[in-house]
This record gives sequence, C-alpha cells and structure tokens, in this order.
Amino acid sequence: MSTADWKNYEPVLIPNIKDLHKIDVYIKNGGYEGLKSVLTDKQKWENPKSVIEEVKAANIRGRGGAGFNAGLKWSFMPPADGGPRYLACNGDESEPGTFKDRKIFEYNPHAFIEGALIAAYAMEITTIYVYIRGEYKAYIRMMEKALEDAYEKGFIGKNILGSNYSVDFYVTGGAGAYICGEETSMLESLEGKRGYPRVKPPFPAQKGLWGRPTTINNIETLAHVTSVINRGADWFKSVGAENHPGPILYGISGHVNRPGVYELPSGVPVLDLIHDMAGGIRNGKKLKAVIPGGSSTPVVRADQLDGISMDSDSLRTVGTMLGTAGLVVMDEDTDMVDMLWRITHFYHHESCGQCTPCREGTGWLEKIMLKIKNGDGEIKDLDLLLDITTQMEGRTICALADAAAWPVRHTITRFRDEFEARCKKSVHAVA
Amino acid sequence: MAYEFTKEDLEEIEKIKAKFPEVMPATLPVLWVAQNRFGHVNPDVQRLVAETLDLPEAHVHGVAEFYTQYYKEEKGKFVLDVCTCLSCQLCGGYDILEHLEDKLGIKKGETTDDGMFSLNEVECLGACGYAPMLQITNDTYVNHLTKEKADQLVDSL
Ligand SMILES: NC(=O)C1=CN([C@@H]2O[C@H](COP(=O)(O)OP(=O)(O)OC[C@H]3O[C@@H](n4cnc5c(N)ncnc54)[C@H](O)[C@@H]3O)[C@@H](O)[C@H]2O)C=CC1
Ligand SMILES: Cc1cc2nc3c(=O)[nH]c(=O)nc-3n(C[C@H](O)[C@H](O)[C@H](O)COP(=O)(O)O)c2cc1C
Ligand code: SF4
Ligand code: FES
Repeated sequence: MSTADWKNYEPVLIPNIKDLHKIDVYIKNGGYEGLKSVLTDKQKWENPKSVIEEVKAANIRGRGGAGFNAGLKWSFMPPADGGPRYLACNGDESEPGTFKDRKIFEYNPHAFIEGALIAAYAMEITTIYVYIRGEYKAYIRMMEKALEDAYEKGFIGKNILGSNYSVDFYVTGGAGAYICGEETSMLESLEGKRGYPRVKPPFPAQKGLWGRPTTINNIETLAHVTSVINRGADWFKSVGAENHPGPILYGISGHVNRPGVYELPSGVPVLDLIHDMAGGIRNGKKLKAVIPGGSSTPVVRADQLDGISMDSDSLRTVGTMLGTAGLVVMDEDTDMVDMLWRITHFYHHESCGQCTPCREGTGWLEKIMLKIKNGDGEIKDLDLLLDITTQMEGRTICALADAAAWPVRHTITRFRDEFEARCKKSVHAVA
Repeated sequence: MAYEFTKEDLEEIEKIKAKFPEVMPATLPVLWVAQNRFGHVNPDVQRLVAETLDLPEAHVHGVAEFYTQYYKEEKGKFVLDVCTCLSCQLCGGYDILEHLEDKLGIKKGETTDDGMFSLNEVECLGACGYAPMLQITNDTYVNHLTKEKADQLVDSL
C-alpha cells in the first residue's frame, strides 16, 4: 500500500473488534497463531535466528522514538550461554504528546504479549519484564490479568505449546519519573534503584539487567512483531514510507476537533492527519505550528508543512523528526513563548541531575524562559538560550539533555519575532 | 503510630519477590504495597519496607525520594493531580488548576484543612488526547475537563 492510499488502510493493531482485549476474542481472531508458528513450524522457521532475520528484513523502526531497526538490535544479543537473558518491554510512555502505547494496553494487549513472546523466543530469552509507568495503574492491572490468561492457556510458562521453549513474563510498574523511559534508566528502576541512566556502551545487549544480556523494545514495536510474523516482512515493508515502513499509532493532541490515536501507514501527510483524521483545527481557527513526535522533536511552522509527511526523511527536510509520532497541534492563538517555557519546565523537572550540562542547563533554560515569559527578558537572552543549548547537546549520559535543548533552539529560531516582541527594549514594537 | 503490614500484604510481598532473582528489585513494588496500605510512605513506613525486605534503610529512602508518586508525608483523602504539561497547557490545563485552587481555597501543593483534598500540578500523564485532564490519587483519570466538570468532580467525592 503506497502512502497515497492511506484512507483505505485497515487497522491491524487496533482494529474495530469488540472485546479484543479478552484472550478468547483475540484467539478467535487468529491470535497466538504467530507464536504457534514460530514455535512449532520447523519448515517455516528453522531456528530462532530465522525469526530474527524476518523481523530484521521487515525494518520495524523502534516506535519508542529513536527508530532503531528492531531485528538488527536483536541480532546484537550474544550467543546463549545457559545463563539468564532478558527482554525488557518499555511501557513508560511519558514524552509529552505521547499516548499511544496505552491504546495497545487497552484494546489489544495480547498483540503486544504475543510479539514479546516471539521476540523472546527469537533471542533465546528466558524472562520478560514489562515496565509500565506507575500512573497507568489501570493498565498495569489489565496487563496482569492478560498475562494470567495467557499463562493459563499455555502461551507463557514451561514448554510452551509442546515445544521445549520456556519463558517467564512479569509486569512491573514505575512510580513517577519520566527519565525511567530511557532504556538504561528503566533497567536501574527494574533493579529496584533510582532511575539514573547508565553510560552506553556497553549496550544492554552486552550488559543489561543484573549484568546479563538484555534487549529493550517499546510496546508498539513488539506489537508490530506479531503482524510481521503473521503477514510477513514483505507485507510490513509494503505499508507506508519506504525508509520507515509499517503502520504507526499516531497520537494527535492539542487544538484539533478530534484528538486521539489513529493507526495508519507511516508517511501520511501531516496536513491530512490534522485536517482529515483529526477533524481540523478547533473553532474554525487557523493552524500555526505542529510538534510532530513528542515534545523533544522540533516544532514546525504551518507554512513549512506543505507536502511534508510523517516519515523521518520527509520530516528531516523541515528540520524535525518523527520521534514518537505524537503530534501536538497549535492554532493561531498559541503563545509560543508560554508553550516553550512549559517545555523547559518539564525537562528541568525531569532531569535526573547526574550530568552537569543537563542539570545546570535545563535549570538555566527554564529560568531564562520564565524571565522572557514575564516580559523581563532582553534580546541578548535569546542568544544566551541558543548558546546554552549548544553546550548541552551531545555532552551527557543520556539524550534527555538533547531533548531539552532542541525545542528551545528551534522554537526560538522559527518564531524569533514572537520572542523578540516579548523582550524589553525590543527593536520591534510590542504587539 | 506503629506501622505493620497485614498478612495479605506479606503474601503479596512474597509474590513480588518471586518475580525477581534478587530482593532489591522488590523495592518499588513493595513501596506501592505500603502506600496502598498506609496512604503514604513517610520515614517510618520506609523503615518498615527496609526491614521487611532486609535492605538498607538509606536505599529505600533514596528510592522513595526519587519517584514523585510516592507520598513522603500524609496527603488529603483525595489527591488531585492536574496535568498542565504541553497538550494540557494548550487545552486550558492552567485554567483548571486555578479554578480548583479557588474552589478548594488552597494553592497547588497544599491540602485542605479538613484533610479531604490535596492539589498538585503534574507533568504529562500520557493522556494528551484527552486534555485537559487530572488523575485522582494515582489511580482514576478524569478526561476532557471543563470548570463545570471539575466542580462536579469535587462535589461528588
Ligand atoms: N516514548 C516516549 O515516551 C519517549 C521517547 N523518546 C525518544 O527516545 C529517543 C532517544 O532514545 P535513545 O534510547 O536514547 O536512542 P538511541 O539512538 O541511543 O538508541 C535507540 C535504541 O537502539 C539501540 N542502539 C543504538 N545504537 C546501538 C548500537 N551501536 N549497538 C547496540 N544497540 C544500539 C539502543 O540500545 C536503543 O535500544 C528520542 O529520539 C525520543 O524520540 C524520548 C522520550 C520519551
Ligand atoms: C529521556 C528519554 C525518555 C525515553 N522514554 C521512553 C519511553 O517512555 N518509552 C519508550 O518506549 N522509549 C523511551 N525512550 C527511548 C528508549 O531509550 C529506547 O530507545 C526504546 O525503548 C527502545 O525501544 P524501540 O527500539 O522499540 O523503540 C526514551 C529515551 C529517552 C532519552
Ligand atoms: S542527560 Fe540529564 S537525565 Fe540524562 S543522565 Fe544526564 S543528567 Fe540525567
Ligand atoms: S500533556 Fe497532559 S496528559 Fe500529556
């Protein structure tokens, strides 16, 4: 299906099937056939590695936001040595503007569970943890129930479906810390500690949970694995944009008439998503700007969006990224200064404080933005902000510092007039 | 007040421990068990968790301090966590927060004198498409808030 046909796309992860979250309904609709196939069909799947090859060929780019090829990441796991190996599923979802994994928890948890089981088998993993943010208490409970049901049906546990493959699968919750979505921070949290990110390398495949080989994947990434096994890598690659193929759960929020999560091929034109799927801008207002993939992805002006689609290559041409595909839509009345100040507040609040450029930098960004927001800023503060972002990027243990710096740099650059108008002794008249 | 886990709590704690190859990973979930039981995890409760798991008190304290959802002191019967982050800000989250401050007669971060309500401003709760929204005591989400809906909510609790 080319991107132009997106209107005819039939959702696979969140199809319109009543009670799909119940295991019997899921099974009736072909659920757990993929797992059965990889475990028992030796003609099709000679060994676990053949599963990795299929997933690698599908080019599922990590839906946690960084877009790393899932199968390729799996292939980094060292050969099994008889000791424990882990899959840690990332359900921390906390990037402002991102609310898509919850859709899977709510409507189709077994697609995720099945994908995780297939992933674990492919990497010869013995224990799976799914880490869900603490605020999603309702989904933690639902996941516990779904895992119990899958266990009872024999899809989890010892000698699954008569194969000699056995795996344990546990759910565990966070307790309120955005940083725990960063994969190594999540590992620390799973180990029962404060969520301080670890220095990479070593990557988790070498040294993960309790020093053992571990792979981390996002919930949506793992749910797509199930589709790839059922429908084949060629199907997945035929959906959407070439370099970032497959369906995507787009979360659309902000000033639109129908905010929500929409499953569509990658590469849908941004303006179509906003106007056709999400029903356009509220109260008949005009579109001003869009943040395409969560708060860390640079904001784009409406006049930059013609012909731009939701795939990494297209978004790069206007200096932004796909991120988590959580679009935040802003109408003509949006105050970009207030908006940016709120983002700087968020990252300052969430910095774990291990690295000086991040701890100090996020603090300065917020402080200066507050000054500007209150009308006490000066033009030179704008340049100071840009200078601080340069000193933060690429100098820290994890990407939170970058995530905090990008929005500042690009919002100021792309809406400089508005920022200058808010500053004292402005050369521009105050509006 | 002396804090003690019930028999059911201790059974649940055993189940939690069985999920992990070591005891330390039980820290977060057992702090949850404690908070569900006592309503908070103040230093005395933290000590109880440490003793129950046979872990250093300093470790449990460090973890409790790191994560925002653990209440380090007693809170109101209902804790209203109003999201004012990006999407909620755009959709009027601050209006809701200010409205609730007026209605309850407290500022964010405070608890009403009768101990019924605590009010907080919080970061993104992963419900951006339902903005503005709030969460009640780490559990139920209330979506698409208006001032009227916020009033009704407070009156119904
Ligand atoms: N879903 C959400 O709520 C949030 C998502 N994000 C996203 O997270 C992204 C950043 O994530 P990071 O994990 O820091 O990105 P990253 O690029 O460092 O890593 C992505 C994945 O590929 C693996 N990887 C990368 N290079 C590797 C190598 N040479 N060998 C082995 N494995 C390798 C990493 O272990 C990781 O699993 C941002 O782009 C942002 O969009 C950020 C905040 C919240
Ligand atoms: C500060 C920060 C927060 C993150 N939060 C999340 C998150 O909540 N959920 C998620 O899946 N990935 C998050 N990530 C990305 C993870 O580190 C990691 O790349 C991802 O879980 C890998 O899974 P994937 O390859 O399937 O996307 C975050 C990264 C950073 C730097
Ligand atoms: S970059 Fe920031 S959040 Fe990440 S480890 Fe350093 S201080 Fe912590
Ligand atoms: S911004 Fe309020 S829930 Fe995400």
